Amino acid sequence: MSLSPSSCRDLLRQVEVGFEHSSIFAVLPLTEDLRDYFVQIRGITLVALRRSNEDMQCILATDVGSTTTKARFFRKMQDQGWRFVEAGEAPTTVEAPYEDVTLGVRNAVREIEELTGHEILSPDGSAILVPYDGGRGVDLYCTTSSAGGGLQMMVAGNVKALTAESAERAALGAGAIVMDVIAIDDGREDYEKIRRIRSLRPDMIVLAGGTDGGTIQHVTEIADSIRAAKPVPRLGMSYKLPIIFAGNKDARPEITKLLGDDFDLSVVDNLRPVLEVEVIEPTRRAIHELFMEHVMSHAPGYDKLMKWTDIPIMPTPAGEGMAMQLISNAYKKNVLGVGLGGATTNVYSVYDGKFVRSVSANLGMSYSVCNVLKEAGAKNIARWVPFALGERELVNMLRNKMIRPTTIPQTLKELIIEQAVAREAIRLGFQHHKTLATRLKGVKIERDLVDIFDQSLAETYIDMMNVGVIAGTGGLLSHAPRRSQSLLAMVDAFQPEGVTRVFQDSVFMMPHLGVLSTVYPEAAWQIFDKDCLIRLGTVIAPRGEGVDGEEVLQTRFVMPNGETVEKLMKFGEMARLALGEREEARASISPSKCFDIGAGLGKRVEVNVEGGKVGILIDARGRPLALPEEEDKLHEKLVQWIDCLDLYPKEKMQDLLER
Amino acid sequence: MNVVGMEEKTGDKETAYAYTPGLKVKRNMVLRRARMLPVPGDVLVKEGQETDFDTVVASMQIPGDPHIVKAALLLRVEPEEVPKYMTKKLGEEVKEGEVIAQYIAFFGLIKRFVNSPITGVIENIGASGWVTVRTPPVPVEVRAYLSGSVVEVFPRVGVTIEASAAFVQGIFGMGGENHGELTFLVDSPEDALTAEKIGPEHEGKIIVGGSLITLEAFRKAVEERVAGVVVGGFDGVDLTAMLGYEMGVAITGEEELSTTLMVTEGFGNMSMSTRTFSLLKQFEGRTACINGATQIRAGVIRPEVIIPHEESREEEALEELSYGMTPGTPVRIIREPDFGHLGKVVGLPVELQLVETESSVRVVEVELEDGRRVVVPRANIEIIEI
Repeated sequence: MSLSPSSCRDLLRQVEVGFEHSSIFAVLPLTEDLRDYFVQIRGITLVALRRSNEDMQCILATDVGSTTTKARFFRKMQDQGWRFVEAGEAPTTVEAPYEDVTLGVRNAVREIEELTGHEILSPDGSAILVPYDGGRGVDLYCTTSSAGGGLQMMVAGNVKALTAESAERAALGAGAIVMDVIAIDDGREDYEKIRRIRSLRPDMIVLAGGTDGGTIQHVTEIADSIRAAKPVPRLGMSYKLPIIFAGNKDARPEITKLLGDDFDLSVVDNLRPVLEVEVIEPTRRAIHELFMEHVMSHAPGYDKLMKWTDIPIMPTPAGEGMAMQLISNAYKKNVLGVGLGGATTNVYSVYDGKFVRSVSANLGMSYSVCNVLKEAGAKNIARWVPFALGERELVNMLRNKMIRPTTIPQTLKELIIEQAVAREAIRLGFQHHKTLATRLKGVKIERDLVDIFDQSLAETYIDMMNVGVIAGTGGLLSHAPRRSQSLLAMVDAFQPEGVTRVFQDSVFMMPHLGVLSTVYPEAAWQIFDKDCLIRLGTVIAPRGEGVDGEEVLQTRFVMPNGETVEKLMKFGEMARLALGEREEARASISPSKCFDIGAGLGKRVEVNVEGGKVGILIDARGRPLALPEEEDKLHEKLVQWIDCLDLYPKEKMQDLLER
Repeated sequence: MNVVGMEEKTGDKETAYAYTPGLKVKRNMVLRRARMLPVPGDVLVKEGQETDFDTVVASMQIPGDPHIVKAALLLRVEPEEVPKYMTKKLGEEVKEGEVIAQYIAFFGLIKRFVNSPITGVIENIGASGWVTVRTPPVPVEVRAYLSGSVVEVFPRVGVTIEASAAFVQGIFGMGGENHGELTFLVDSPEDALTAEKIGPEHEGKIIVGGSLITLEAFRKAVEERVAGVVVGGFDGVDLTAMLGYEMGVAITGEEELSTTLMVTEGFGNMSMSTRTFSLLKQFEGRTACINGATQIRAGVIRPEVIIPHEESREEEALEELSYGMTPGTPVRIIREPDFGHLGKVVGLPVELQLVETESSVRVVEVELEDGRRVVVPRANIEIIEI
């Protein structure tokens, strides 16, 4: 079917349109011809849905993660509006012999079919039935993807100690894992470099070299080696390998000639325009964005998956980010969020209206769990574990998780250890996030030789005292058997100050709702509000340090039933007050003179606090949080806090401690 | 689990699809490996030709490095006069330190010599009076790795080699390609491989252990120039000690290790699976190839041992994709508790069940080889492919 541009314009005028950034999402009745035709017109992406929003009855959404594919089924209920119905999960099928993510999607959807009795797949399992015919199928299928997993890349520069090192810093700053650094003077022959590039299968290459105006010979030699290596993407997908050129600007035409056809080439400012100055910010941001938009979501079977969905596949962090922004819009507060995944840790902030998203591709709970061990150190992980844990045992457990990433903890001991690792992954991911959420965002940060050696970074604008909401999503947080576990993991990692609400994704569906919100925001919000967002409670934590036993806070709560509860907190203590979801209490919080709860040192604050599944947590452990160095004291404290929050089943916990 | 408005289905189902595919351990497989040069060169074998493990199938020469000698300056003659004072000709081989040009005058009272800075070939005597000596070319060879036959030739680049073989995939490895005779140093999959069991007689062999190789034993294997080690477990802390650095993500294969390591079960003291142990035992004494290269990431690469054997030529086994886990499916538990235990599926409950952590998960009921029945999360099971 052919439509002239004027016919397209007429058609658009007749249908309901909604604007989303640079795209127009149009809801219109679908025919096969229209569906094939409307892919892209003049930079506008037209999305043709099979049924208008008002007529939809059921929706399927999936997230294809690096480890697990998660399917979520939603239904419109009479009098209740849109609600979450059921979840199904299966290992993501990127590996041989499957090498097709749609198999994992199918397996996850089958779980839903089994649990609900609602048929969603075609009889041969090769497609999702759309639309819902009153008995089978769904009215909309959408998905997010991070199947590609973490970012493992190579960097190349002229001189190892100069441009190659700057490129490596840019890559590390973007949260990538650097597999190798290639330079003219790295001691290897060209054929060895070529062999290395081929065997490593990097997800991306940063090529740097040469000061502006200098010789272009060396950097073009390296570009030639890269071209000769013909690196293939590791998942055999059809997209071109991204290469970022961040070298001598005079070399750009030659580099484009050499690499422009066979690779997805991006050009950014020279990260070493003169020898004495390093400008890595543009490279770092380019790596970050390219990774998220291109590498992460792609996987074998991606093209097939695109045909199954009615709307473009969104990278998981984009979906999660949209959900975080929903929270910020709804609650009108500064929000800090985390998506703790198998291959990456994604941190989001909406602070004074600025949205920043960071994807730490080197930190995750499965594929890159040993990188968390490497970056944090065994000691930092063990400090969250209330029993003696030898380094050998910890290392073996984590290495086994790394090589078998789809497994889950079955014993309480392993659950506690994984949650300890999670704290460190979130802490490190937040550190990375703060380097992006800086006052100089968007401005070139030039560093001279002294700064380069100093390794200091621009200061973040995020002040934890002004963060009103913390939200968490991702497998480990969402599947924590007790909500208090995910609350304390986030509190220990982020160390909120002042009065902070904490939310959690109930069964991991934030990315699903994020992508759904692009075409059906009302449904997305209803499910988000009623079924996705678990209000864990409010944390009250003063800033300041003290000694054990020192008075820190005097608190007074007027509860919903009129009862008044008073609590004097001493340093090192935690206390929990039961206050249910959607309940409010009036709090009067008076810190001691060395502590600040938001109004200044020693100044009282009166505020309404909301309850949740956990309630109110008063955390007088100090900020910054300092744990006892001595192991016995540390374990004693950890056990106290575990008891306070009833984190783990008492009997099993006792067994563990006695072993 | 929050189920709104829908009836829950209870009871067992016949087939489950959400499981982790297992490692391959097969007696008969047709395997293909591509053997490619990094840069174009010469392919030295033909389609249909039989290869041994170390048959050179393709090679290329990397030109040596040029060294410039300023002969005119050293002899103190005019540039155009240099050729007449050369003692070595263009294209002639020279050794380091050897005289390549000399100027002798006034009945020997004036003697000036030019010595070659390197061992190489006289490549050029330039009009500028400079002499270029180039080091010998570096041969880069690609060996067959697999004992089989060439089934495809890519001109100037490489070949594909095919073999019928037994194939054992490991879970983690280190080191690159090697080959050697399979030699068992333990009697059972539970026995550890310790240093005193390894001696000079194991040079060039692939030694098979049971549950664990100690760091001391692995160092001994390297010292004795053992080609490869196949074992059930290896300690994570010892890995760091051996590599000299902390490994963050599992991407291996190019370590400077002369001995390749393949771990079949995991980290720690882990008895090799009886199936793997028995299969390898059947081929004790045969020559096998081993590759420790591992990449644990989406697009996984696992280490392998390949034992070509003629027995399967008549019965080519085709790879079958297993799509479902049903009652009777043989499985292995891949997480604590009961890590490594083998069993078979006896039940696939539809409803979620609570495990020790208090998580509600999809589970599978397994009857272990020792007769016990256990309930395990489906995520912690791998199917054993027959």
